[in-house]
Amino acid sequence: MNSRGASRWTDGSMHKRVRRRYAAERRFRLAGLAAIVLSVLFLAFLLFNMTSKGIGGFSQYQARLPLDLAASDLFLDPASLRGPDARQVVASADLGGVISTAATDAYGPAAANLFGDAAAGRLGDEIVNNPELLERRVELWLPVGSKIDVAAKGEGDEASERLVADLQQRDALKRGFNMQFLTGADATDASSVGIWGALKGSFYTIIVTILLAFPIGVLAAIYLEEFAPRNRWTDAIEVSINNLAAVPSIIFGLLGLAVFLGMMNLPRSAPLVGGMTLALMTFPVIVIAGRNAIKSVPPSIRDAALGVGASKMQVTFHHVLPLALPGILTGTIIGVARALGETAPLLMIGMRAFVAAPPGGITDPATVLPVQIFLWSDEVDRGFVEKTSAAIIILLLFMLLMNGLAIYLRNRFERRW
Amino acid sequence: MSLGLAFVAVLIVAVAAGWVGYRRARRLRAAGPLHSLPTYHGAHVALWAAIPALLLMAAWAPMQSRIVDQTVLSSPEGQALPQSDMQRGAILSEAREIARGQRDQGFNPESATIAPRIREAETRYSTLAALAAVLAAIAAAAIAVRKSVPEFRARTGVERWMMTLLFVASLIAVLTTLGILLSLMFESLRFFRMYPATSFFFGLEWSPQTAIRADQAGSSGAFGAVPLLWGTFFIGAIIAMIVAVPLGLMSAIYLTQYAPPRVRAWLKPILEILAGVPTVVYGYFAALTVAPAVRDFGLAIGISSASSESALAAGVVMGIMIIPFVSSMSDDSIAAVPQAMRDGSLAMGATTSETIRKVLLPAALPGVMGGILLAVSRAIGETMIVVMAAGLAANLTLNPFESVTTVTTQIVGLLTGEQEFDSPKTLAAFALGLALFLITLLLNLIALHIVRRYREQYE
Repeated sequence: MNSRGASRWTDGSMHKRVRRRYAAERRFRLAGLAAIVLSVLFLAFLLFNMTSKGIGGFSQYQARLPLDLAASDLFLDPASLRGPDARQVVASADLGGVISTAATDAYGPAAANLFGDAAAGRLGDEIVNNPELLERRVELWLPVGSKIDVAAKGEGDEASERLVADLQQRDALKRGFNMQFLTGADATDASSVGIWGALKGSFYTIIVTILLAFPIGVLAAIYLEEFAPRNRWTDAIEVSINNLAAVPSIIFGLLGLAVFLGMMNLPRSAPLVGGMTLALMTFPVIVIAGRNAIKSVPPSIRDAALGVGASKMQVTFHHVLPLALPGILTGTIIGVARALGETAPLLMIGMRAFVAAPPGGITDPATVLPVQIFLWSDEVDRGFVEKTSAAIIILLLFMLLMNGLAIYLRNRFERRW
Repeated sequence: MSLGLAFVAVLIVAVAAGWVGYRRARRLRAAGPLHSLPTYHGAHVALWAAIPALLLMAAWAPMQSRIVDQTVLSSPEGQALPQSDMQRGAILSEAREIARGQRDQGFNPESATIAPRIREAETRYSTLAALAAVLAAIAAAAIAVRKSVPEFRARTGVERWMMTLLFVASLIAVLTTLGILLSLMFESLRFFRMYPATSFFFGLEWSPQTAIRADQAGSSGAFGAVPLLWGTFFIGAIIAMIVAVPLGLMSAIYLTQYAPPRVRAWLKPILEILAGVPTVVYGYFAALTVAPAVRDFGLAIGISSASSESALAAGVVMGIMIIPFVSSMSDDSIAAVPQAMRDGSLAMGATTSETIRKVLLPAALPGVMGGILLAVSRAIGETMIVVMAAGLAANLTLNPFESVTTVTTQIVGLLTGEQEFDSPKTLAAFALGLALFLITLLLNLIALHIVRRYREQYE
């Protein structure tokens, strides 16, 4: 080792060394900034990508169609439309054929497939609400088929785009809000799909999850934090809760498949089974959040309550639990938000079936929003791309809402002692 | 009367009995002091009315369908059914659906004749069970009400019930863990009886779809799990970590050491949004946007085997998803390094970055490593991104532009087709699930062990 004298701060080599060290410092700092900016940019790009692709899913092109139902070969008796089964009568009529003929008459042979299932459905509703339509010439705005819709939004094939240009010239095409998307259920035709069925399925599933996971989670947290003796049983419970919180979600799906469907014979594809499976996944999260919240309630509160003669159970339920509740609720909302976005375990228990009618209860076959997104992402029809992205926008909005609520609760009610 | 109705009836009985108990205790208190508050007397009666009756119903419900089947099969119509178990089972399940009004008619004509029998038996037994439950509730309530005397310790009784409830709730965690282990092991054992375990864990070929032909060797496809494990490891532990570790670690360093508090207060929640985005959204993003870009890039740099279901696309997107996780784990372990070490280094004249690189990071390394292991375990178990963006072809390859498949992709692929519950394909999914469960469990245990040991050093 060579011994050095005192540092000479005026020395050129010292200047250089200090400059180099400061440059390294700046580089390191910039690398940190770059990392976080890159992460945020990823998020921004993801959100922008989904929004720009999905925003079109909320609107739909409609075309004007002159119709003369009296002259068409549609045999509908206005008298039969006044009865209670008017919808069935209309549904059995060949409205699609009539629309196709009328479109060909109005816009030439290229327009034979201008309209899709959604148009027939709309026309049926119009006829039921207003049976006079059958007796006079009318002009209706009907939603165009998926292929034309995609072309009008600028991504279709050549023939469709020519038809769109033709229609625009005649002023027979307009863009409107796609109500069907918010009120309908799954369908085979991209122009008539909707997310209401999936939203309802998600709602039932999450209700089951909350009803099971919240009480179990809170009670287990209270037991472990306030009452559990220090012994092997308690250790086993603690270890399994911590493990369950880290088990891959698809494993819970396998459990649901083997136990709820295989052994207990519960109905397949039902929100009941989905909710039970997600509850098993969610309650460890609630237990962990609940324990932290209970732990942060100061012991002085317990001592005071015990001091005036409350029993241990009264201390817990009258004093500790109310004070810990905001923290528990925050954890619960975060856990439930995760369950709401979960897909894989629900695929395992059959919630991927094609369900064209919104479920009416927790034992009806249903699908949930994330699974609906997964199913639509598999469709080849280009019309499904924007529908998938639009459904993703709705899902992300729900996520944002729930996480926002959790943050609000945390800031508003959580006390620092 | 159905069981659901009986449930409501029992609850009504319990509430009514509770009210009676409460009123009685109020009257007793007017005469002299009570040991427990009247509400506890009421609650005590209500619990005694509800819990035994509900337990009775819970015990009865799973038995009922079996007893109904027995009754139906011993009736004259049931005797006439074909003797083979499979056919009989099919007819019975159809008839059950008809009886419940879930469908109008079955494929088997017999099911229509059986259905009324099933409906009859179901109505009879559920009415019996419901009546028994309600009677039990009323009887228990009557006994409990009679016990309410001034010196009766109702609060102790109620609290004993509450204690049991608390314990049962926490027991569910153990039951779930056991349920996972037992169901996975049970189905896996059945699989290993059809297919040797050594070929499963060490086999290099995975092609379950060849299991159609019956005259094949072992009448099943090849279930060698090595390519799946490699694909899982390649995507989750290599590619995803190459993205997530530098970005997550550097983000954590910037946020904790450099960023002003205002910036940190904004950036941290934004970063956490990345963790809150549902995985199906990431999967769609990977399949629709990232995968084509990666394939075009691969073709542009001259890799002709570039696939549109490349390992790279799935891995990169998975890495992005994991960033906030790595970041918050690193954040915690850097924050756990004692302030004195940092101050000491800075006082010696080291710059901030020198302090971070030479003092903080080495001290926090075990914690960071534990965090990375947890992140790997999460990436390995992640399903939707790989199902949507990675392929189904099992390749043992090092080329990130080629398609590989993962354990979770195959589980979904094997279980979402239409097939019977006992085929080796379905059972193989459970064996894969068991392997996945054990691997993630092992990673978690190692990670927790590392983190815990490291924490003890500084406390």
